[in-house]
Amino acid sequence: MGEKMSRRPYVQELSRTTWYFKQPRYMRYMAREVTCIFIGAYTLILLVALLRLSQGQAQYEGFLAALQQPGSIVFHVVALGFSLYNTFTWFNVAPKALPIQIGEEIWPDSVVAIAHYVVWVVLSLVILFWAGVI
Amino acid sequence: MAKSNKPIIWGTFAAGGTLTAFMTPVLIVLTLLAATGHVPDMLGYENLHAFAAGWFGKLSIFIVIFLSLWGSAHRLRITFFDFGVRADTLVAIAVYTIAGLGSIATVVYLLRI
Repeated sequence: MGEKMSRRPYVQELSRTTWYFKQPRYMRYMAREVTCIFIGAYTLILLVALLRLSQGQAQYEGFLAALQQPGSIVFHVVALGFSLYNTFTWFNVAPKALPIQIGEEIWPDSVVAIAHYVVWVVLSLVILFWAGVI
Repeated sequence: MAKSNKPIIWGTFAAGGTLTAFMTPVLIVLTLLAATGHVPDMLGYENLHAFAAGWFGKLSIFIVIFLSLWGSAHRLRITFFDFGVRADTLVAIAVYTIAGLGSIATVVYLLRI
């Protein structure tokens, strides 16, 4: 009787630690989430730069020299990739977070996203110019 | 979908995410140039020190580091959970403590310049 009455319970088979390997969209979600590890680590490097800058010229130039280690260059390249991924994903959802309405009309998502990209490119160029790179 | 033109209250996560989306790639390019031996003029000691000595420079540096820290800290907390770490309170205390100490350190270092 007991066996007849029992139904097959739903068992969630997703692993708590490896669930994101199941589907490409889960992988993309996790790739977006782990960008914060690299951006956070990079922010700590900026904090060290500020510390060295506050300590004096010799210390700051020591920091610049330390940046040239191979590990630092590899980190920069990887962090640049993840930060660009963060930028693209952020701008692509921006129209959902920031719908722009003029009168009765709501701007199309593509317009809002493209506006973000334009501002980003201009701002990046301004900063490169300010820094003396271009 | 509900129409709304109400002002959006951005939390530190939203503000941090927006700031890092706009700023982090170009900042990494600048320090990557320095890492390959081509230090941009502005990252030279004299120029950067002069920039950080002014109030505009101080404010800019503080905003960038503060929002990057808190945005990353909040997202890192979620990421820990997604990787299967369920000790959320402990994780939250750890990441927000680092962000808090980093913010205080930023102010202290800036005031010394």
